[in-house]
Amino acid sequence: MDQDIILETQGLGKEFRGFAAVSDVNLKVARGSIHALIGPNGAGKTTVFNLLTKFLPPTHGRVIYQGEDITALQPAEVALKGLIRSFQISAVFPNMSALDNVRVALLRVAGGSHRFWTSNRQLDAYTDRAMTLLADVGLTDFAQVLAGELAYGRKRALEIATTLALEPKLMLLDEPTQGMGIEDVDRVTALIRRVAEGRTILMVEHNLKVVATLADKITVLARGQVLSEGNYATVSQDPRVMEAYMGVSADEATELEGAHHG
Amino acid sequence: MQAHDLNQTSLNVVRMADSRPNYLPWGMALAVCAAAPFFIYPVFAMELMCFALFACAFNLLLGFGGLLSFGHACFFGGAAYLSGHALKVWGLTPELGILFATAGAAVLGLLIGLVAIRRQGIYFAMVTLALAQIVFFACLQLPMTGGEDGLQGIPKGRLLGLIDLSATVSIGGQQLPLALYFFVLAITFGGYWLIWRTVNSPFGVALKAIRENEARALSLGYRVDRYKLAAFVMSAALAGLAGATKALVVGLASLTDVSWHMSGEVVLMTLLGGMGTLLGPVVGAVTVVSLHHELSSLGSWVTVTIGSIFVLCVLAFRRGIVGEIAHRLKKTF
Ligand SMILES: Nc1ncnc2c1ncn2[C@@H]1O[C@H](COP(=O)(O)OP(=O)(O)OP(=O)(O)O)[C@@H](O)[C@H]1O
Ligand SMILES: [Mg+2]
Repeated sequence: MDQDIILETQGLGKEFRGFAAVSDVNLKVARGSIHALIGPNGAGKTTVFNLLTKFLPPTHGRVIYQGEDITALQPAEVALKGLIRSFQISAVFPNMSALDNVRVALLRVAGGSHRFWTSNRQLDAYTDRAMTLLADVGLTDFAQVLAGELAYGRKRALEIATTLALEPKLMLLDEPTQGMGIEDVDRVTALIRRVAEGRTILMVEHNLKVVATLADKITVLARGQVLSEGNYATVSQDPRVMEAYMGVSADEATELEGAHHG
Repeated sequence: MQAHDLNQTSLNVVRMADSRPNYLPWGMALAVCAAAPFFIYPVFAMELMCFALFACAFNLLLGFGGLLSFGHACFFGGAAYLSGHALKVWGLTPELGILFATAGAAVLGLLIGLVAIRRQGIYFAMVTLALAQIVFFACLQLPMTGGEDGLQGIPKGRLLGLIDLSATVSIGGQQLPLALYFFVLAITFGGYWLIWRTVNSPFGVALKAIRENEARALSLGYRVDRYKLAAFVMSAALAGLAGATKALVVGLASLTDVSWHMSGEVVLMTLLGGMGTLLGPVVGAVTVVSLHHELSSLGSWVTVTIGSIFVLCVLAFRRGIVGEIAHRLKKTF
């Protein structure tokens, strides 16, 4: 087993009533790298994430994480092994403050969340750590705001802070910058680079500028299959990739995406 | 600069809401309940307390766990039969009989919960309803439940083998069963305290997160099903505690207590009072039981009348009575 590969998929496939959303995907994610998964809408990126984190059972293939076959595990078990995902549709606990969103993640790590006979003041012990994480994503001033009332970009930032609270070994980010303004995108890009120290990140990202800045390796998915793989220079020169992106050049595609999300 | 800001904020951070008991309302509630038997018919007051506890137990599951059970009568009524049997046939002391029935309800809750917990939404409600109907037919058919007549003449017995719960004290020409009353009062407050504790515990926080966004809780590594099952069992046990106590109070365990009407009634009490609030189910239970009592002369029109009141209430304030007041005052109860 290759020590430098943290996550590997072998012939991973998923069919929805005969429709192959993902087929024969063989991914290798190198430990300590930032790996981007890109592709047009409906390519199957989110489905791959769902397969990796066990939110969906695969129709074919295996998932190997740190040398262990995790294909048959439950979502919570995968999370306990340090493989933590975020969601494309921002996932927060809407009627809890931003602070409590992070504290409830810290509670899970610390243990004791089964205790119904003690006071929830236990969570006060996590306040400082939670505030540090919120500061990391620029949410210090919003600690007391209900997560549901945060602006979209801030919800995404909160989600990253919550994910980081779990000290993930492998972080799966599904379009972390989607719906953010330019400044937020820059901040989150910087944040991802910073938190990538000492961990591995697999991210789905539409914004090719972010991908170009961050990714060590890029896998392009189209119609559920791997179309191309390599670093940004290789992938962006690949004619098949350009075609997949509606027959435009990679630069134009960047602009298109920028306009789309801006 | 940033470190400074950080400290400022953490100092100002509000603690978890309701983490500390506010003794004033607890004291007031206790005083009111302790005085009640001198002003209203004690058996009625005890019934009110049992139904209030039942509704609170149900609300633990619906309001705090986000799970709508349509079969909670099987825990309430099932435990009533169990305690009736334990007291009447086995001759257990009342506290042991109630304890036994509560444990029985917890086991029943575990069995039903294991089947139901993986279903979502309306399917969950349907599975609980179907399984509760099986319990209902068991209670109808089994030889020891007394069929249509129910278990009658359940003895009150002696608490801890010492205190005669059927004894009354004569005050102002009235015979008041004070020993029984304060036993029931202690059970009700104990149960209510446990619910309050659970809601404001680390488990309560995790449960809230699961209710708010199950997928996210799962991705954070919370084994969602276990938390839901735990909440279900706890809710079933407390509903059983309420039912067992009621059987002791009225000396009867009947089919009414296990029927689907009763399951519907507790949904109504909780929604009327305000689900997800600690006080709401109490207010809802007192309202519904009092209405039944007051309107009993109307016969079968009671259901229609209460139904109409319910519809009006839901239209006027959909958060329930307490929920609406809390919302207006921006406080939690
Ligand atoms: N639960 C499901 N049931 C049926 N079809 C599904 C399901 N989930 C995804 N699909 C289909 O699988 C395909 C891949 O979807 P997926 O969400 O993985 O794409 P994506 O690459 O994440 O797209 P986007 O860029 O829009 O997020 C789509 O055609 C989608 O309609
Ligand atoms: Mg997607």
